[in-house]
Amino acid sequence: MSYTPEMKELIKKVEATRPQRIEKSRKNEHYPDLSLEEREQVLKKFHPDYMDEGRRAVKVGPNKGDVFPAEVVDLLESKTRIDVPRIDLEKVDFETDVLVIGGGGAGTAAALTAQEQGMKVIIATKLRHGDANTVMAEGGIQGATQEGDSPFYHYLDTIGGGHFTNQSDLVEALVHDAPLVIAWLESLGMMFDKDKEGRLAVRHFGGSSRKRMHSAGDMTGAEIMRIIRDETRNCSDDITVLEFSPAIELLLDEEGKCGGALLYSLDTEEYVLVKAKAVIVATGGFGRLHVQGFATTNHYGATMDGVVMAYRAGVKTTFMHSTQYHPTGAAYPEQNVGLLITEKTRGLGAHVLNKHGEQFCFPLEPRDIESALLIRECTERDNGVITPTGRLGVWLDSPMIDVLHGEGTVEQELPAKFIQFKRYEIDISKEPMLVYPTLHYQSGGIFMNAQTETSLKGLYSAGEVSGGIHGDNRLMGNSLLDILTFGRRAGTVAAHYVKSGIEVKKLNTSHLTAFEDELKSAGIEDPLVGPMLLPDYTTDIVKGKQWTAHYEGTLR
Amino acid sequence: MGMSNDASEKKSKKTMAMGDRAILPEGARTIPIYIMGKKFEVPETLTIMKAMEYAGFQFMRGCGCRGGICGACSTVYRKPDDYKLQVGLACQTVVEPDMYLTQMPFFPANRASYRLEDLEGKPEEIFKLYPEVFRCVACNACTKACPMDVKVLDYVSAVKQGNIAKAAQISFDCVQCGLCASRCVGELPQYHFAQLARRMYGKIIAPKSKHLEKRVKEIESGKYGEILKKLTRMDQNELEKLYIEREREPDTSTPGEWMPEEKEYL
Ligand SMILES: Cc1cc2nc3c(=O)[nH]c(=O)nc-3n(C[C@H](O)[C@H](O)[C@H](O)COP(=O)(O)OP(=O)(O)OC[C@H]3O[C@@H](n4cnc5c(N)ncnc54)[C@H](O)[C@@H]3O)c2cc1C
Ligand code: FES
Repeated sequence: MSYTPEMKELIKKVEATRPQRIEKSRKNEHYPDLSLEEREQVLKKFHPDYMDEGRRAVKVGPNKGDVFPAEVVDLLESKTRIDVPRIDLEKVDFETDVLVIGGGGAGTAAALTAQEQGMKVIIATKLRHGDANTVMAEGGIQGATQEGDSPFYHYLDTIGGGHFTNQSDLVEALVHDAPLVIAWLESLGMMFDKDKEGRLAVRHFGGSSRKRMHSAGDMTGAEIMRIIRDETRNCSDDITVLEFSPAIELLLDEEGKCGGALLYSLDTEEYVLVKAKAVIVATGGFGRLHVQGFATTNHYGATMDGVVMAYRAGVKTTFMHSTQYHPTGAAYPEQNVGLLITEKTRGLGAHVLNKHGEQFCFPLEPRDIESALLIRECTERDNGVITPTGRLGVWLDSPMIDVLHGEGTVEQELPAKFIQFKRYEIDISKEPMLVYPTLHYQSGGIFMNAQTETSLKGLYSAGEVSGGIHGDNRLMGNSLLDILTFGRRAGTVAAHYVKSGIEVKKLNTSHLTAFEDELKSAGIEDPLVGPMLLPDYTTDIVKGKQWTAHYEGTLR
Repeated sequence: MGMSNDASEKKSKKTMAMGDRAILPEGARTIPIYIMGKKFEVPETLTIMKAMEYAGFQFMRGCGCRGGICGACSTVYRKPDDYKLQVGLACQTVVEPDMYLTQMPFFPANRASYRLEDLEGKPEEIFKLYPEVFRCVACNACTKACPMDVKVLDYVSAVKQGNIAKAAQISFDCVQCGLCASRCVGELPQYHFAQLARRMYGKIIAPKSKHLEKRVKEIESGKYGEILKKLTRMDQNELEKLYIEREREPDTSTPGEWMPEEKEYL
């Protein structure tokens, strides 16, 4: 599965320009980056978020009239999985102080801080604890920990990267808590990259003015997830984890505050009712909606469930018009397609090149700009490499890294990628990778404040499921930071709320019936079943033969 | 419909990206594979995971990140005329003709509970929590079973020798899939005590980051409260100006030594 002879020929062009490019890099000379005006132009013309096609206005709910990608609207306008009158609200299966929905980084951090505050916690999660986008994060986590940096510059980089659209109180919280989050991780035993004196290794990334990216090899997210999950296991007296139990609806009490959720047991197809004094939604993102047909970097369960559930309970979303495409998803070999090639690769100095082996952009533009530039190069300018399966891509010149930083750097700094390509007989320390933008991150989500409070009393939001923190464009490393910042805040704030003497009154489902009525009166015929829970990759050939199979939404 | 991700259904514009269903190269061959003993014909270039989906399986278990890092999809298989048991992650391993495979979505392994704050980073602490470490007979089945190519036996030996730092480093790529434990004659839960070793290393053995400690104190003392508030009140023009004017730390700088011209906001 190594490169085809045709591709190998093209790689020679990359090799031909390499010495000269290395020379320039050593002198700190870069391909010029774009001005703010040029950025806007290229975005408008080439970024999928800015196209009219594939978008439409949502007809129901708190964001009625707003225009989002069709895949998002389909789910905001979806109907509940169950026949609402069948829900027996008297049969409570679990009762707890805090229910955390979603066992990724945000949810787990929330559970730990709530537990610290003396709460009994249940984490209900869709797959296994930790099967989440969090484990997949490779590149790192931001935080102004160095003397030459400060939260001030972190704020500027973040809000500038987001084109000045970010919700400012959230950015303030983010950059303020960042060093605290890094210190918290260190205290939990995270194996950060650091030197013998304990100085944390930091790197540049797209849109940074300071080196601020902290990492643990190229498994930063996996390392974070491993240690915080391990810590919840040490707290098993107080934290109960329910795996393969996705939430499908929030429940309100008769005072209209959030009082629990209904879970669906994937193994046994039973519904399980959890009554809770406070609920934290931390269900992550939506890559598996394959917005505009894009491949995705996201895990199997990234289907926007939290937003859907909260929306039905009247909670507004923000920034759902915005989607992050990561500029460098693998485009070859087919088995790796969509897989993320961490931005760290470019942070370490690898150039992005067209089929002639030429540079055509500054490699570390903010992500949306970089993606738009890659798309332009492959489409309008027709300078992309075409793979045997008809995909397009440009080169990411990873071998430069070894030349710049010494032999073995690629393998040492990007071990996971190194292995993933070695499986297909591609040595990325010697041959470049072929890349193309891939659907990466749900920029929008539940509207909340810096205390993670939503418009629904008793409902808190943390992680990728929330919107506004990153504005129209997120910088690398700000998401791992976001999920821990707001996960920890959610845990604490929810605990304070519970301790203020909250009592959940009689539960009801009137919000669900009301939403059903709204769907009907908006004339939405045949809505999808939502939340989606899992994508369906069954082929049409198989489906055509499943004569008696019953699909409830995407699930068989 | 929104959730369709079959490329062929979409009148794809010039963008070439296409869902998660693999596109088959022209003239792709199919090959027979045996999923839990039953024969299926699947395209030869697919991963085991996509091949199973192609065959009509819908995953509930045995599928997580689809990117080779969560450890949900560990798979064992044998090829014809080869006695050796092979292992791989279903999302990463390409199908081979006549392979017999099964996934192993879960394998029981006991984990010892502990309080990290109470530990001092001594090997004896691991031995006490996991006395079974010494049941290892050094057969190397664990290393052979690791889909991440972690040298499992080497870190088990490092633990036995009391070298926690070494065990932490060797085990770093572990995805905790449990295949090592499933193959272990001595019945060790390797990946659990490796996790303990790594956390001991990270918290106790690795040097503490002093500049971080200092920054945390500054934050807690409220040093940046005022200036951050000010930023939140600025309009876009002011922010843009500051954004454009900000100085970029050179790529070649040494963190901790490099200082910007502007020191007012540090
Ligand atoms: C490949 C990749 C690389 C990345 N690299 C970086 C990086 O280097 N730096 C960075 O800062 N960010 C990175 N990100 C982004 C970052 O990892 C994620 O945004 C972040 O981890 C999301 O955390 P979360 O806890 O909000 O969601 P997740 O970690 O996705 O967790 C959500 C959890 O909720 C569960 N869930 C979903 N629906 C339900 C439901 N209905 N009921 C119950 N549970 C449910 C999911 O199964 C999952 O376990 C990367 C993302 C990806 C995909
Ligand atoms: S699905 Fe996560 S490792 Fe394969």
